[in-house]
Amino acid sequence: MRPPAAHPLLRLAPALTLAVFLLPVAAGLVGTLLPAFGWLPALGGDRLSLQPWQSLLDTPGLGSAVGLTLATGWSATVLSLGIAIGTVAALHHRPAGRRLGGWIAPVLAMPHSALAIGLAFVLLPSGWLVRGVSPWLTGWTLPPDVGTVGHASGWPLVLALVLKEVPYLVLMTLGALNQIPAENQVRAARALGYGPAQAWLAAVLPQVLAQVRLPVLAVLAFSLSVVDVAMILGPGNPPTLAVMVVRWLGDPDPRWLFPAAAAATLLLAMVIASLVAWRAVEVGLRAALVRWALRGRRQPGVAWVAAAASATGGFLGTLAAAAILSLALWSVATQWRWPAAWPAGFTADHWLRQAGSLSGPAGTTLALAVAATGLALLLVLACLENESQSRRRAPRSLALLYLPLLVPQVAFLFGLQVLLVRLQLDGRFGAVLWAHLVFVLPYLFLSLADAWRGYDERYTRSALALGASRWRVFWRIKLPILLPPVLISAAVGFAVSAGQYLPTLMAGAGRVATLTTEAVTLSSGADRRVIGTWAMLQAAFPLAVYGLAVGWPLGRRALRRWRR
Amino acid sequence: MRSLRLRQVSLSIGPRRLVSGLSADIAPGECLTVMGPSGCGKSSLLAWISGTLDAAFTATGHVMLGERVLDALPPERRGLGILFQDDLLFPHLTVGGNLGFALPAAVRGRAERRRRIDEALRSAGLEGFAARDPATLSGGQRARVALLRTLLAEPQALLLDEPFSKLDTALRAEFRELVFAHARDRRLPTLLVTHDEADARAAGGVVLRLGD
Repeated sequence: MRPPAAHPLLRLAPALTLAVFLLPVAAGLVGTLLPAFGWLPALGGDRLSLQPWQSLLDTPGLGSAVGLTLATGWSATVLSLGIAIGTVAALHHRPAGRRLGGWIAPVLAMPHSALAIGLAFVLLPSGWLVRGVSPWLTGWTLPPDVGTVGHASGWPLVLALVLKEVPYLVLMTLGALNQIPAENQVRAARALGYGPAQAWLAAVLPQVLAQVRLPVLAVLAFSLSVVDVAMILGPGNPPTLAVMVVRWLGDPDPRWLFPAAAAATLLLAMVIASLVAWRAVEVGLRAALVRWALRGRRQPGVAWVAAAASATGGFLGTLAAAAILSLALWSVATQWRWPAAWPAGFTADHWLRQAGSLSGPAGTTLALAVAATGLALLLVLACLENESQSRRRAPRSLALLYLPLLVPQVAFLFGLQVLLVRLQLDGRFGAVLWAHLVFVLPYLFLSLADAWRGYDERYTRSALALGASRWRVFWRIKLPILLPPVLISAAVGFAVSAGQYLPTLMAGAGRVATLTTEAVTLSSGADRRVIGTWAMLQAAFPLAVYGLAVGWPLGRRALRRWRR
Repeated sequence: MRSLRLRQVSLSIGPRRLVSGLSADIAPGECLTVMGPSGCGKSSLLAWISGTLDAAFTATGHVMLGERVLDALPPERRGLGILFQDDLLFPHLTVGGNLGFALPAAVRGRAERRRRIDEALRSAGLEGFAARDPATLSGGQRARVALLRTLLAEPQALLLDEPFSKLDTALRAEFRELVFAHARDRRLPTLLVTHDEADARAAGGVVLRLGD
């Protein structure tokens, strides 16, 4: 029997969705590869050559930049995964573990750059951390002359990435757990004499590894190619490869475009090689876990290792909270002299004085995020609904949705910018919106797909049997039932859009200002009280939207109970 | 082997009392059957004995192996083997891997461990199955592997949580015999939870009815 056909409009959805983001990514990649080999007629590059690579290789510090990029990207990924796995292993059987998701989601909503700016406020020699212990413990009466932010090893960059990626990986791991009988398998392993942490690591983790592969790859690709966080916290000379590319692109001399394209291509190759290497690491890790299980060793010490990992996770959470709090405090501080732990007084002056310049970018941020989220939601819902109405799994091509999460942003945004300039579309709101959509779509899809596929189709069948039309069933039955996950994923989409730095900068040709682009620009030198207002507002938008998304269904339910 | 003993066990969830003042002694090699309709609390009783009862329940009373009180111990230190309704074989491990996971580390050396696993498989008519993926086994074979896995961990008592209910009738009788034969051979005190009268008859011991 043929499966029932979905509405013709819905059947178009997967193709349309793929086109929306494949087009810019593919065109962007081509637009990066060609100049990397000398082809860019507009700038006199009219034949293929290896000249761009020659100038790239001649760049002093290239080797260190490559090494720094690999070291920070890989260590951020491995640390994040280790801490995330340890945290789940330590907490999965406790009530605290079940509430974990609600606690860490707000950190996810924070834009990377706002968190990085807050972290800089904490980590700097004149920052909160040193203030907390000076002068009574350290004897320092002046900020010590030690390098923290911008340290050549890149550790603050790694710390910021870990801060942001641990909650993401914990949430993804918890989500993967729902797809296997994890709780019962842990019970079985504990009945065989294994402690909760070891039971989870040996019996459940090897099954989960395959399911968190995509999130881990996304974290790895992101950590290797991140720009905004690396600009705020990473070393300056040499910077990471991605920052190097962005600097060259910003150079007034357009000839720098050629080595920049070559560097972006090199970064792309490094990311692809790293993604392949991760597969090897994953295979090895799984084999090691299986060998460990075969020995039958009941090791109570494993619980301590897991507890240490979850304590580290807790410490990171505190650090994230301190980062946000320090943004908030600076934005309302009258004076905050070193080494005082608290501001001398509070004032709304900075906010009032900044209000004029804040309002424009704030409006742009809001408009972009609302438009991108709305469009993405429409496409994702159409794709998912097509899938469930035709009772077929999504076409495999839809897996390409994740491509934007695995390709380094600079590698295709660069080419995209060249293309947009050619089409005279650069700097337009629509161009920036499209660039945002490329990233909002996959995250929205990822966060909604499981809930949508988990919907009990019998509700729909019984409503249809009552004589309701398909549309009516969709609007009156299915959507209301799935409203909480829809709202959460819309909040995720909003946060992704609001946090975009490089896509806004490049598609907007620097002329479309959002809170994120302005905050990152200011972070390199402005007064902390000014930076505080921008970064705080930047963080407040997605946090508020997330709060609304969580609170709305809860509030409605409470109201209904109260009325009864 | 020592007796599995329950002393004044009461279980409730919210205002609802599921079990009240249950006391029983299960001698080595004997089987106590707890019966009742679904929701009567028989599975919760088993979860409490094994130490995995949900925090939403309140429980009082004691469970002991001989003189050793188990109440405060985590599940993994109670020495109670459990057979669940589902076989819960770990899909990422081979049949031999599942058994190796259960076999105590005190059995040393790869060859010796291998020998013990093969021996166990032979005893259940599964010779040569060590390298198989659990997914390729029939329901009856999986159930037997789950039994072997539980026994290889050398439990002090056996808890059976309706392990026969998902097998079809022909297999069920056969597997039931195998389980009780092993339990008697090893003189394991055994607690069976079921809603099937035939299970209770096959167990042959005292039958306790909950929820009447």
